[in-house]
Amino acid sequence: MSRVEHATRSSRIGVALIGVALIVLALAPFWGDRQMLRLLAEVFTFVALASLWNLLAGYAGLVSVGQQAFVGLGGYLLFALVILAGVHPIVAILIAGPIGALVAVPVAALIFRLRGAYFAIGTWVVAEVFRLLASQISVLGGGSGISLPAAMVVAMAPSRQAREFEIYWLALALTAAVLGTIVALLRSRHGLALTAIRDNELAAQSNGIDVTRIKLIVYVLTGFGTAMIGALIFLMKLRISPDTAFSVNDWTAFVIFITVIGGIGRIEGPIVGTIVFFIMRQTLADLGSLYLLIMGAVAIVVMLWAPKGLWGLIAERFGWQALPLQRRLVLAPKTEEPGERS
Amino acid sequence: MTEWLNVILQGVLIGGLYAMFAAGLSLIFGVMRLVNIAHGDLIVLAAYVALMVTQALGIDPLTSLIFVVPVMAIIGYALQRGLLNYTLGDDLLPPLLVTFGLSIIIQNGLLEWFTADSRKLQAGPIEIQTFQVMHGVWIGLLPLIQFAVAAAVIAGLQMLFYKTALGRAFRATSDDQAVAQLMGLDTRHVFAMAMALSLAVIAVAGVFLAVRTNFDPAIGPARLIFGFEAVIIGGLGNMWGTLVGGIILGVSQAIGAQIDPGWQLLAGHIVFLAILAVRPQGLFPKVWG
Amino acid sequence: MPDPLLELRAIDAFYGDFQALFGVSLKVNAGEVVAVIGANGAGKSTLLKSIAGMMPPRRGDIVFDGQPVGGAPAFDVLRRGIALVPEGRRLFPSLTVAENLLIGGQSRRPGPWSLTRVYDLFPVLAERRNLPAPSLSGGQQQMCAIARALMSNPRLMLCDEISLGLAPIVVRDIYARLPAIVAEGLSLILVEQDIAQALKAAAQVYCLQEGRIALQGNAAELTRESISAAYFGI
Repeated sequence: MSRVEHATRSSRIGVALIGVALIVLALAPFWGDRQMLRLLAEVFTFVALASLWNLLAGYAGLVSVGQQAFVGLGGYLLFALVILAGVHPIVAILIAGPIGALVAVPVAALIFRLRGAYFAIGTWVVAEVFRLLASQISVLGGGSGISLPAAMVVAMAPSRQAREFEIYWLALALTAAVLGTIVALLRSRHGLALTAIRDNELAAQSNGIDVTRIKLIVYVLTGFGTAMIGALIFLMKLRISPDTAFSVNDWTAFVIFITVIGGIGRIEGPIVGTIVFFIMRQTLADLGSLYLLIMGAVAIVVMLWAPKGLWGLIAERFGWQALPLQRRLVLAPKTEEPGERS
Repeated sequence: MTEWLNVILQGVLIGGLYAMFAAGLSLIFGVMRLVNIAHGDLIVLAAYVALMVTQALGIDPLTSLIFVVPVMAIIGYALQRGLLNYTLGDDLLPPLLVTFGLSIIIQNGLLEWFTADSRKLQAGPIEIQTFQVMHGVWIGLLPLIQFAVAAAVIAGLQMLFYKTALGRAFRATSDDQAVAQLMGLDTRHVFAMAMALSLAVIAVAGVFLAVRTNFDPAIGPARLIFGFEAVIIGGLGNMWGTLVGGIILGVSQAIGAQIDPGWQLLAGHIVFLAILAVRPQGLFPKVWG
Repeated sequence: MPDPLLELRAIDAFYGDFQALFGVSLKVNAGEVVAVIGANGAGKSTLLKSIAGMMPPRRGDIVFDGQPVGGAPAFDVLRRGIALVPEGRRLFPSLTVAENLLIGGQSRRPGPWSLTRVYDLFPVLAERRNLPAPSLSGGQQQMCAIARALMSNPRLMLCDEISLGLAPIVVRDIYARLPAIVAEGLSLILVEQDIAQALKAAAQVYCLQEGRIALQGNAAELTRESISAAYFGI
């Protein structure tokens, strides 16, 4: 019998490698120092944010430059729930997700009226509205922001080390959950539709795919994930202000550059891009604003000369895929391993 | 009563500035379906060019337009020919991401060169001259000049579009790029001319912005958003619509600010979102092409 | 014998990986009308697009007036004197009739054609000069498309299916004006599905079949049987 298969040999190796990497990373508190844990946790949050943006822009064609709306929303939800309602920070992060999704629905209803690039700027307007509203909330410090009270932080775990381990594992778990959800979505029935939309939206539409519905699902799901990661980011920072929470540079520019450099429309792209981004940051950080300028230039160069990003170059050169996402038809007589590509 | 009249009048006059932000954006979208995310940063760049020109030559800001407008137009032509033409095609992502990258480059380049300090251009006595239109209602000379210039810029663009060979080429290229090429139009050149014109308008907007308020390298994105909101409120592809859009935005902000200074920008965004909700095609939609 | 105005030497053209033309060679002499006929998908439009610079051939040479033009962009090809009347007219919908004609004349090549002259040729266009192009009837739009191409004073005009979708009487009307155009010294390539019209108007006929020249010859000398054999591949 013929059947549809996702895995290739490289993706089987990929999955095995990812499993090993996850175990190694989960054990990081036992082999890495405090500095390393902080850096890794930050890397995880960027992998998650970039993967979510990649799902949105790379697959669903919703090029948003306003995802900082949901990062900031998540951050503010964390502070509001912890400070105003006395909720445990980890519970607050979990609550931030569904609220993010809930907020995404009316936002989508509004900005889905805009097409293409105008949609992009529309998302930015929404983020600006969120930022301006946040600066009106005086119980959360208004325009100048607020810190998470020490008592609440201590309540998380008795020792500083235990707290740091907890946050690190939380970051790893959330990022793994985000990536897992995206992979599951792409492997589902919706995944095929999404890939069709990515490749040719008009053709997808005329083949009976309800493009708007799928885009809405992706937008809401992304709002869910982004708000949760936002809450996590500000639990790590312990301080929030409208300008940091809704920063277009931190939560959108970097995230877009990461995805473009790594490879947009590919699940591996954001991971590769984040690694490149952090290497660049560690080596160029002394340059100050010049470093951002270089990032922008690199992204432009990649967009024009290697539009599929670094992972795209690698994947095309070697036929690799790290995660079993492609569907391949395996014909009946060939029960053996059919090789790299069919 | 006269207090509110003053507020609304202020809003109308600043609306002219917003319309100038919008006109350049609308122009290039109309001709080549490009949305330039770096639009606001280019406005700020124009303000810095004016700063350098006024300092180097010791002339007043409005006179500096003689230099700033051609300089920006040349930058626009070069930008389109050298970079943005390569991003145009069926895929939406390249122009968007490249202009986004450009926005980051301009912002940080300006930051590196001019620092984050706030600057302002001094236009001399006309800045404070006002006259009374009726009892208790005053108009500043500078805002009035700025509004008149905005209206003239829009009338000029309108005329250029419908009465000149270049405008004809813009509309033909917007209609059907392939056939425009067949008729001997080099669309790379036509697009570059559109961007040059867009940046010429940006130059005027940038100088008036710099005379009116303090500016620093980070204020570009907000100007992009104002321009964008004015375009959508007025209706895509309608030049006079952008003036109305700009005025509505300006008046909303002025009223918001009068109620509570923290509500100035918020009021503008909310009116924009409300119009988007009830009339997504804008108030006066008319798409050439 | 003088050099031909246009000569195609063994051109191959592709849409991506799909090859649409296979070694097509063709000659057009100055002042000559050449018809290219063939079934749907035989490569007729591709041939015109290749000549006009919209789709540069991957292999082979295009020589116009002694100069190689293969690979030149469309706007440059027009400036050298080749104008295309595209399939389906494709007037600029947001321009008036007169503006459409002026766009055609934008290249400022010298020659006999001007607004006045094309209005003489198609008086109905003069009457409607200030109306938007889409308000014209199909036949008038076709006249406008021909006039627009003439405005560039081409030495060679390529007409892609000018009879398509028009009533027979309108087609006859348009074809009746072609001699006046040729009389000004330009050459024509007519791509047609209406074989009878093409044979009447042309001196030379080429028949394309699946991207290859299946038949060529004098219009007067070709038999109906040989044409239908080449046309349908039977």
